[in-house]
Amino acid sequence: MIQFRDLRVRYPRQTRDALAGVSISAPRGTVTAVVGPNGSGKSTLVRALLGRVTPSAGAVLIEGTDVSQLDRPAIARRVAVVTQREESAFPISVREYCALGRLPHRGAWGRDTAADRDAVDAAMAMAEVTELAERSVQALSGGEWQRVRFARALAQGGDAFVADEPTTFLDVAHEMAAFELLGRIASEGRAVLLVSHHLNLVARFADTLVLLHDGHVAAAGTVHDVMRAEILERVYAWPIVVTRDPAVGAPSLVPLRRGSRPSTEQSI
Amino acid sequence: MTFGRWAFLVAAVALVALAGLMLGTIPVPPGDIWSALRGDGNSTTVFVVRELRLPRVLLATLLGAGLGVSGAALQGVLRNPLAEPYLLGVSGGAAVGAVLAVSTGVAIALVPIAAFGGAIAAVTLALFVAHATHGRGDPRVLIMAGVVVGAFANAVIMVLMANADASTVRGALWWMMGSVADATWTQIAWLSLYVVAGGAALVALARTLDALALGEDSAAGLGVDVDRAARRIYLVASLVAASTVAAAGLVGFVGLVVPHIARRFGARGHRVLLLASAATGSLLVVAADLVARTALPPAELPLGAVTAMVGVPFFLITLRRLT
Repeated sequence: MIQFRDLRVRYPRQTRDALAGVSISAPRGTVTAVVGPNGSGKSTLVRALLGRVTPSAGAVLIEGTDVSQLDRPAIARRVAVVTQREESAFPISVREYCALGRLPHRGAWGRDTAADRDAVDAAMAMAEVTELAERSVQALSGGEWQRVRFARALAQGGDAFVADEPTTFLDVAHEMAAFELLGRIASEGRAVLLVSHHLNLVARFADTLVLLHDGHVAAAGTVHDVMRAEILERVYAWPIVVTRDPAVGAPSLVPLRRGSRPSTEQSI
Repeated sequence: MTFGRWAFLVAAVALVALAGLMLGTIPVPPGDIWSALRGDGNSTTVFVVRELRLPRVLLATLLGAGLGVSGAALQGVLRNPLAEPYLLGVSGGAAVGAVLAVSTGVAIALVPIAAFGGAIAAVTLALFVAHATHGRGDPRVLIMAGVVVGAFANAVIMVLMANADASTVRGALWWMMGSVADATWTQIAWLSLYVVAGGAALVALARTLDALALGEDSAAGLGVDVDRAARRIYLVASLVAASTVAAAGLVGFVGLVVPHIARRFGARGHRVLLLASAATGSLLVVAADLVARTALPPAELPLGAVTAMVGVPFFLITLRRLT
């Protein structure tokens, strides 16, 4: 379980808190999605989890342990993160890249143990990248690269899996595959924390939705609690209707053009 | 990298080193090299091989290895394929130190120490400037700091040179063009200490370099203390570079291009890359020195110019064949 407890973060030389007392729990076995407009504090949440920013108040706990009490490798052994953007500056094989997930588990001179190799094999199989093992990471398509990044994070192990905007550059099929993989990771008992702009997709895959706005939690709960037109309109400051997806029945957000309300408003 | 390619690389270094011992104004047949190294046979041959060529070949080997690992490490940590060992002001600082020493007429033996001191001062200044501007881990800020410190050093050199006499200018210029001609065993001992210890430290940080090459956020996610690790790598790589400059002056191009040749040769991941860059660097510098002293006898070409002349076609061939 990942817990943010009344977390406050303010960046240097800023007059406003990036996070102004945020409490979120992401239990094991579920997908918890954090959504919200640009600048609402989503990325700061991830940075606080990694110990990259120092909270002015509150705490981040992983399985009950405050991350400020842990050194960086210890955090990395508990939480695996797929960051928003990543590009290898130099060629490296997919297998070597995935093996980097084992970095926090060994010392500088440490060689791969059988356990490390097994973890990498299992992770690559789960993300369906085994057949790419010998390819260079610079010779992958966008979808392949994203699966390989998931495999690296899976190889890292730990209790929690964080994905920050994991589908930004993916087409529809790869996007769906990525979300399904996140669902499988959760069902194997990890706490999955997903940060995303894709409200409609998130609404179909997340067990819990947390809507951030200006560093505060504007709404949290099930998809039906959060995906409400009046809440979303206030947070995004944009005319929005929430309909039900005709094919799968999940709540679905439709942003309107300003000043063009539909004649019959559909709302849940 | 496959075993075959490693074997090829090591054999190539050995072969070029052997050629370095054989060729010159007095050619020594390969059969006589071993006995000359042991001190047997014609005394002139023994002197030429043991006292003139062996130190030179060894110094060139160490110089190339040092520049190779330093360049590979800096390219990785700065995520920049154009990074090279002199980037953080090493060359400028060393040149200021050396020119100051030459122009104040101190003992010639102290010039390397002055160069080393100047290099360390410049790197410290660049790291300090980057730190003071809150850039810390940001490679772009550090590169700019290095460029600024280098430009300042150049200005200082120009001022010093403008008022120096002709012999000082010539001495300083020769030093800046790099040479292993006057290799001494003391230089070899010192340089081997820095190159071996620094190289080992960088190889120990190879996984961290792999992580840093992915970007700061990713490295942090893998448990790397980005600022601290990067600072350590800058320091070690610059120390190795400074020690090469103190031993042999400025030899450009090697640290920039050698890691790329090693990558083209199949070196993936920094552990292999650092070792392959050391071997490739040795190969390039020993070969360049051989050309420098045999191409237009009895004149010697500046080593720094020849490394580029040998390195460019070498680089183009690997680019063609291995892509």
